[in-house]
Amino acid sequence: MMSAHLLSWLIALPVLGGVATLVSGGANANRARWIALAFALATLALCVPLLTGFDAGSASMQFVQNLPWIQALNVNYHVGVDGVAVALIALTAFTTVLVLIGAWEAIDEKVHQYYAAFLVLEGLMIGVFCALDALLFYVFFEAMLIPMFIIIGIWGGPRRVYATIKFFLYTFFGSIFMLIGLIYLYLKSGSFDLATLAQYPLSATEQMWLFFAFLLAFAVKVPMFPVHTWLPDAHVEAPTGGSVILAAIMLKIGGFGFLRFNLPITPDASHEFAWLVIALSLIAVVYIGFVALVQQDMKKLIAYSSISHMGFVTLGAFVPLMLARDAGNLAAAKLALQGAMVQMISHGFISAALFSCVGVLYDRVHSRMIGDYGGVANTMPWFAFFMVFFAMANSGLPGTSGFVGEFMVILASFQAKPWIAATAALTLIIGAAYTLWMVKRVMFGEAKHAHVKSLSDINGREALVLGGFAAATLLFGIWPAPLTGLMDVSIGTVVDQLMRVKV
Amino acid sequence: MQADSLTSILLTIALAPLVGAIIAGFFRNQIGRRGAHIVTIAGVAISCVLSMYVFKLLAFDDFPTYNQNLYTWFDVGGYSAHVGFLIDRLTAMMMVVVTFVSLMVHIYTIGYMHEDPGYQRFFSYIALFTFSMLMLVMSNNFLQLFFGWEAVGLVSYLLIGFWFKKPSAVFANMKAFLVNRVGDFGFLLGIAGVLMYFGTLDYATVFANKMAIEGKTIELVAGHAWAVPTVICILLFIGAMGKSAQVPLHVWLPDSMEGPTPISALIHAATMVTAGIFMVARMSPLFEMSDTALATIAVIGATTAFFTGLIGLVQNDIKRVVAYSTLSQLGYMTVALGVSAYSAAVFHLMTHAFFKALLFLGAGSVIIAMHHEQDMRHMGGLRKYMPITWITAWIGTLALVGTPLFSGFYSKDAIIVAAQSAAHEGGAAFAYAYYAVLFGVFVTSLYSFRLLYLTFHGKERFVVDEHHDDAHHDNHGDDHGHHEPGHLAHAPHESPLVVTLPLILLAIPSVVIAWFFVKPMLLGGFFDGAIFVDPRHDPLGHFAEEFHGVVSFALHGLQTAPFWFAFAGFALATYLYLFNPALPGRIYNALRPLARILENKYGFDDLYQAVFARGSVLLGRGLWKGGDVAIIDGALVNGSAAIVERASSIMRWMQSGYLYHYAFAMILGLIALLGAFVWIG
Repeated sequence: MMSAHLLSWLIALPVLGGVATLVSGGANANRARWIALAFALATLALCVPLLTGFDAGSASMQFVQNLPWIQALNVNYHVGVDGVAVALIALTAFTTVLVLIGAWEAIDEKVHQYYAAFLVLEGLMIGVFCALDALLFYVFFEAMLIPMFIIIGIWGGPRRVYATIKFFLYTFFGSIFMLIGLIYLYLKSGSFDLATLAQYPLSATEQMWLFFAFLLAFAVKVPMFPVHTWLPDAHVEAPTGGSVILAAIMLKIGGFGFLRFNLPITPDASHEFAWLVIALSLIAVVYIGFVALVQQDMKKLIAYSSISHMGFVTLGAFVPLMLARDAGNLAAAKLALQGAMVQMISHGFISAALFSCVGVLYDRVHSRMIGDYGGVANTMPWFAFFMVFFAMANSGLPGTSGFVGEFMVILASFQAKPWIAATAALTLIIGAAYTLWMVKRVMFGEAKHAHVKSLSDINGREALVLGGFAAATLLFGIWPAPLTGLMDVSIGTVVDQLMRVKV
Repeated sequence: MQADSLTSILLTIALAPLVGAIIAGFFRNQIGRRGAHIVTIAGVAISCVLSMYVFKLLAFDDFPTYNQNLYTWFDVGGYSAHVGFLIDRLTAMMMVVVTFVSLMVHIYTIGYMHEDPGYQRFFSYIALFTFSMLMLVMSNNFLQLFFGWEAVGLVSYLLIGFWFKKPSAVFANMKAFLVNRVGDFGFLLGIAGVLMYFGTLDYATVFANKMAIEGKTIELVAGHAWAVPTVICILLFIGAMGKSAQVPLHVWLPDSMEGPTPISALIHAATMVTAGIFMVARMSPLFEMSDTALATIAVIGATTAFFTGLIGLVQNDIKRVVAYSTLSQLGYMTVALGVSAYSAAVFHLMTHAFFKALLFLGAGSVIIAMHHEQDMRHMGGLRKYMPITWITAWIGTLALVGTPLFSGFYSKDAIIVAAQSAAHEGGAAFAYAYYAVLFGVFVTSLYSFRLLYLTFHGKERFVVDEHHDDAHHDNHGDDHGHHEPGHLAHAPHESPLVVTLPLILLAIPSVVIAWFFVKPMLLGGFFDGAIFVDPRHDPLGHFAEEFHGVVSFALHGLQTAPFWFAFAGFALATYLYLFNPALPGRIYNALRPLARILENKYGFDDLYQAVFARGSVLLGRGLWKGGDVAIIDGALVNGSAAIVERASSIMRWMQSGYLYHYAFAMILGLIALLGAFVWIG
């Protein structure tokens, strides 16, 4: 009984929690906080049966529930998960809990609305990961924008209006093409079912148009160069929690979309245009890396760093087409795709942690500018520990999860073309350069500013948030096998799908 | 002895320092200073004793090589990666060297850092380092090797920047990390090559199937085929160049002296920087397949050995002289690798670990006595104040310059003889390598005795202000900015036992270690199974002919060129710095342009700073302002918004709402339509 509705509960519970938090009213902020946290923890607890009940050895979708929704259009409420989705749902539930804890004292106006927005957002994001019906996916995908729009628009910084409009229009612009593509597919095949669409034969031209429609939607989300410029603005204006969710989960939906749409539905076009995505990914890694180097605003720097790291996700998602189709190298194709997915999860922890670190500083000094700091390690030694740890993870240090995905993608790409691996591996140098330079300027040296001299170290609540992310980063860095084992069969299915010639 | 109980012993060896590091780091306030050094020293001591036991098992009890995986790191698409240990005699030797030097440095640190507020943190770091280095040497696969490789880099970063208030320290640690990352870039691609051709990262499987890459080629750039063994070996060696500070990636090591002296001894002399040497020796089955790679290694090693040694001649900072000496000695080891004398490289690695750690710790002892003055121009005559430091420094120096009977003599001579054999076999690269290491002996001797004389002999070039206010020498750190150079608050004195005991314990192997191991390690097949030398190379054949026992080889050494080069360096240094101390200044002035080149370190630092550091920032700014801000946001995003706005304003203007506007437009339209109809029709 439980398992049949588990996914629906995972979607509904946070949304219900959001409603409950909202109706609890603004009078008692603490009550709102505790209600919200209780629902977030309950959602996280629901991930336990999800993880234990999931059969990693099976290639089929699990916890499936399929109910008619709009019968006239053959749209179904069809949910189910594979290993990748399970991992991302767990990441979402985990991150949301830490975000709510992190916002405890930092947000003091319209608290109940803030917490409600995050819970609703959580439910919608889980919905995206569960959706097996393309229209259902689209609905969640678009609905997700609304709470995030509100979060940035209300609790954001001074230029929040510009940022929200840019964020909204950018992503909406991308996804509208996806909708057109989906309508076309429906008119041809009479179905929105993703599994049906994956089997549905399409001509080369059709695939090309559909591929670009999907690509645009997900490229904006990831974001890929050159449609990335909304992200630094959104991050800078977003409150800490908004940045964390944006970086940790929402960007991943782009990578997830490639896995659910481009690769299975348009495998031939994906193969034909793999070079384009690979080229854009490498530009993201290198070009954006250099751009990150010169940022003065910590949040902007981390935002650019995110784009650069997400380059490994898109590289790892499309290099398999070269590997599997051109060279018949299925082993390396799986390695690359696994690398991309591991990178998504890992980047979830690390970017979330880095944004939380900036939040810790921002709550105290109310500045995100690197120049306003210097010598923070003098007054905040425990914070310095976490900051250096996450900086190292961001630089891809082995032993942290940041290494695992990049390692796999680089090793696999080398087998496609050594120069692709070499270009991607430049991140070893560039990534370390922008991260450590920031750490140097913020953390080390004498404390020159008076506000730095009077800083107090992180409190227990902040330590809990940073410690939570650190534990996850370390665990999957030392022992990624549970994560890769969870996703292995699902990755194999995707590789099978992208081998399928449809024309 | 069961393999299972060996597994637990090995795990204990690796994890004991880690446990110490965690306790000392996280519970620093609870356990206090004493607790921190007790727990870390206990951890490293356990490792050291057990390592010696393992060494005994393998070296004397003929225990077979241990090779087991501990757990699966990942298993994806048919590729699997593990964490596991490969323990053969090469590993066992490294384990002993690492844990022994580390133990000495731990004890020494009690004295060296006793005033430092970051005492517990320091112990935590060096224990963490020991764990990382052990993971590196004990690994049985490329993945874990890379883990250890980067982890020691991390600890090196943390320790160079230990005094993080010092701008020079936090500059140096970032520089060290980034330069090492350049090496790791190559290293990682080398590992990718290994996985591509062997389908595994496990050493034993790779070496057993090494013929899989024989004769294969790879196109790195379209149309240019390269031999796979050469590509993989050179990529791996780039990693070694970073870690073992070979030209042109050597620039980080001298700056790493910003860190406290104990870690200069442990990390930047005895252990971490030799990881590259160890790695190439470990990969000898692969490197033996590419003569191109070996010749490249020989040239780079020779360049490092000779030219960085020259820089040591003009340094006045006592630690920097030793640092350049380390660079130069690493060059010697690299040359040995290049001429296939892997065992000689590893043997020199071992002897060097002892005498170089000794020299660094000796320098540290002097620095304590001089109240953190590191400039040798303000020292002199210290021998009467600190006899133990003085004598052990002499022992270290004699070992370093290759005095017969001292350990460094055997290891260095083996390298020079091997280089000579290779030069005879042919190839300009090896001839260059031979002359570089041969003349390098003179340079080594000259800077080493210069250091010894400037520090311990001659006139005292410092003033003791007995009336001086004692207050400020409590504040620690190597930079006493307001401290007048050459003025000491009170007379220098010998360091405490915790400092001198490690000096003595390191001085012993610096003298005697080679007596026991030169024959088995270089000639007796001690490393058989760990190090592979292709039969077409016979690097140590010549050495074997000359070697007839420890003492007779020492006597034989008196008749060879290296000895006389070393003696010439000694004689010149003695004349210049002991008998005619005014002369060096005059020579310096006469050769100022040359000295300038050396003082500028051949311009590497300036070049890198201008091209890579400043160039990257300029490039980043250009891409950001030009690409993101101007083109993407300016022209495309906000540009399309502007176009929409302009288009809509035209639409707005047309829909004015006035009837006569619309009527006028209709008439105009009608005329245009009729006109077109007439015109076309």
